Amino acid sequence: MFPIHRRTFVRDSARLAVVGGLIGKCSTSFARPYPLEETIAWTNAKIVTASTPIIDKGVLIVRGSSIIDVGAVGQVAIPSNAKVVDASDRWIMPGLVCTHSHVGGVGAADGSSPIQPGVRILDSINVREPGFKRALAGGLTTLNIMPGSGHLISGQTVYCKLRYAGHGPSTIEDILIRDSNGKAIGGLKMANGTNSQGDAPFPGTRGKSAFLVREQYIKAREYNAKVIAAKDNPDKMPPRDLHLETLVEAMQRKRIVHHHTHRHDDIVTVIRLAQEFGFHVVLHHVSEGWKVAKEIAASKFPCSIIVLDSPGGKLEAKDMAFKNGRVLDEAGVRVAFHTDDWITDSRLFARSAALAVRAGMNRDKALQGLTLAGAEMLGLEDRIGSLAPGKDADFVLLNGDPLSVYTRVLETWVEGKKAFDLSNPDDRLYAEGGAGAGSELDPFLCCYAQAWQVGGAK
Amino acid sequence: MNRKNILRNVTLAGLALLSFAQGRADDVVVVKAKKIITVSGKPIENGAIVCKGGKIVSVGDVASLSIPPGAIVKEAIVVTPGLIDVRTCVGLSGIINVDHDSDQLESSSPLQPELRATDAYNATEELVEYIRSFGVTTIHTGHAPGELMSGQTIVAKTIGNSVEESLLVDGRAVCATLAEASKKSGKQSPGTRGKQMAMLRTLMLEAVEYRKKTSKATDNTKTTDSKEAVSKDTGDLPPRNLRLETLVEVLDGKKALLITADRAQDIASALRFAAEFGISIWLDSAAEAHTMIPQIQASKVTVLLHPSMARASGEKANLSFETASLLRKSGIPFAIQGGFEPYVPKARVVLFEAAVAAAHGLSREDAIESITLSPAKILGIADRVGSIEVGKDADLALYDGDPFEYTTHCVGVIVNGKVYNGESSK
Repeated sequence: MFPIHRRTFVRDSARLAVVGGLIGKCSTSFARPYPLEETIAWTNAKIVTASTPIIDKGVLIVRGSSIIDVGAVGQVAIPSNAKVVDASDRWIMPGLVCTHSHVGGVGAADGSSPIQPGVRILDSINVREPGFKRALAGGLTTLNIMPGSGHLISGQTVYCKLRYAGHGPSTIEDILIRDSNGKAIGGLKMANGTNSQGDAPFPGTRGKSAFLVREQYIKAREYNAKVIAAKDNPDKMPPRDLHLETLVEAMQRKRIVHHHTHRHDDIVTVIRLAQEFGFHVVLHHVSEGWKVAKEIAASKFPCSIIVLDSPGGKLEAKDMAFKNGRVLDEAGVRVAFHTDDWITDSRLFARSAALAVRAGMNRDKALQGLTLAGAEMLGLEDRIGSLAPGKDADFVLLNGDPLSVYTRVLETWVEGKKAFDLSNPDDRLYAEGGAGAGSELDPFLCCYAQAWQVGGAK
Repeated sequence: MNRKNILRNVTLAGLALLSFAQGRADDVVVVKAKKIITVSGKPIENGAIVCKGGKIVSVGDVASLSIPPGAIVKEAIVVTPGLIDVRTCVGLSGIINVDHDSDQLESSSPLQPELRATDAYNATEELVEYIRSFGVTTIHTGHAPGELMSGQTIVAKTIGNSVEESLLVDGRAVCATLAEASKKSGKQSPGTRGKQMAMLRTLMLEAVEYRKKTSKATDNTKTTDSKEAVSKDTGDLPPRNLRLETLVEVLDGKKALLITADRAQDIASALRFAAEFGISIWLDSAAEAHTMIPQIQASKVTVLLHPSMARASGEKANLSFETASLLRKSGIPFAIQGGFEPYVPKARVVLFEAAVAAAHGLSREDAIESITLSPAKILGIADRVGSIEVGKDADLALYDGDPFEYTTHCVGVIVNGKVYNGESSK
């Protein structure tokens, strides 16, 4: 759907699974190694694939970390070696994709300048934040973790897979989504409107905000011209500039711009700048998107919207309404939802889509807004976002309609591994909250506890 | 709690409301519904409610009720009593969140119980209309958490063009906060939790002394007949002190003391304070109440529980979706609040908060009660609102399905017998 360099997004989840397996062996003396290529067939479930009509009685077949088939019962061949799980009375949907999250205690750009594209969020994420476990409890499997909106350009975002199965990640490296070169994939966070205004050197007006951004992208263009002119000759290359090379990546559409914007005129300004510099942009929040739905549709840029219980909190969000998703969708705009966690709680992500349906949004489109549309907005639709053969085995088991208040996420699976199970008291703590739910996750101390126990026994 | 005083306030406010209601006092509004959730009694299937003069005049089976000709007839799938938000700042805190519409917190001094919500409430604030469109007809609103003692609250209906038209109970409670938020930095006080309690206790002891002086003078006045003696005894009265007068009302149970406390240790301090001065308090927010159930039970305090969807961070990091259910099982009186929001969303809707509690262990019936009759009882207004009963105010919320379901709509709201719009999807 987007002119993104898809080849850079080739899967390498298999490689990661192997790495995960090796680390896992550290603990094999007391746990059976996970059979990497186990095949599991979930049968008789109501399946939201997100790319085809809902299957009333379906089968989902997973091998290792990938989906190998999905379809109606009777129309899909179940491999003879598959472990069959009866999922009657269950719904299965793709792992939820949040295009805009702040989980992980993050911070990128500091107060020194309004434009800091070279700063990476991945250098600031604490994978032991309990917010990650809450996100899994809400059925989320992929997050775009972003810096805040207090800058025109606050830094590089990072796309993460919630690989919290077993003892979970030790470092941010364990949850990154990488391209075929092993490089972490992410976007670039930008913002306009009042959040990114302030005392100098921050802009004081909308006009100044746009000027500062244009000035930097023009600099980046000139920087890139020098790089091209150097023709890979190290002596002629300009000194590396982390800020400018990031903007060049955006202009070359190697890095998607995720742009915070609320008011109708600010939204149109983002489109104007994106068209001037050629970057691909996802419009985020878009509180007044419904006022300029036609203009957004004409730009073909998608919207990742937030749904809040009431309008206001600032002038820009005064006209926010549940109907935003419906109006944008009906105008032909691709719509996804996001949590903006901690603005809204990841455990209640599906509620955002449900409230859009409350205001008339098409149900299928709303469900895509939690899954496939979000995957597209991260340029990851080849790997995640729907239940289809070849895609990552990221899915959620629920006890009912995902858009009902009474429905609970029972299990969340990430790349073929169960990363959340409501029936497990340790996981349930994060689903419900309670004493200890706000504390950092314990680190996995490989072999230490064992050695202690063994030594004690002797 | 001094019922007499509350009743007097309710009556005064009621007179104001009646005068407002004039001109439509004869309007008859009939609501027909597949299900009437009365809260005080059993639900009625295929029922009707007849409202006249701002009151409910009959409730029952739709077939057995005679519908007066000319009546305004509204239909719904489900009808509940008008919802009550037991703790919000809406009306003092406004939609745009700038100085112009933010009167919920005065930070010039940590102890200002004398600040009246009546003098700060904007009845025409957009957020009041917004929450009404989801069925909220009564709010307990006032000063926000954030200062050690930030000011008073009122109970108001979500209608009217002035506070006088909206008011149900004036000066219902005094708000205090035991949290990081009410601590000051640098050399300002209170800088620690110990100092917070010392300051509260010192002020309360001043109020005890003040009450002694004023009651002594009043006793003297009562026993003296001659005018000369009266003027002499009035001289014994201490100069009026609005701050201490307010706290004397708390000591006398005429006003409740609402203490915002989330961490278990702050909850414990609040309970200790209540015991020391022999006052009943409302425990506000109480994110870690689930770790303090026996203590809360023993102290017999009421909990105004944080919104179910409050953020699990800071002092609320350990909050639980299941606390409402746990309080119910423990027999602790509680209601679910919309609370104060300093940013986005600017207001929370108790309908949504109770819905999430209903999805986490609280029965649907108890969840409805936690935003209707339960807050009415806590606020001392259950003779007026909180359930669908003959003689009560005609405050109703109409829905096109299960009120808690995400995709259900509030299709209309009735306050004092007058019909208002439900939520907008346009």
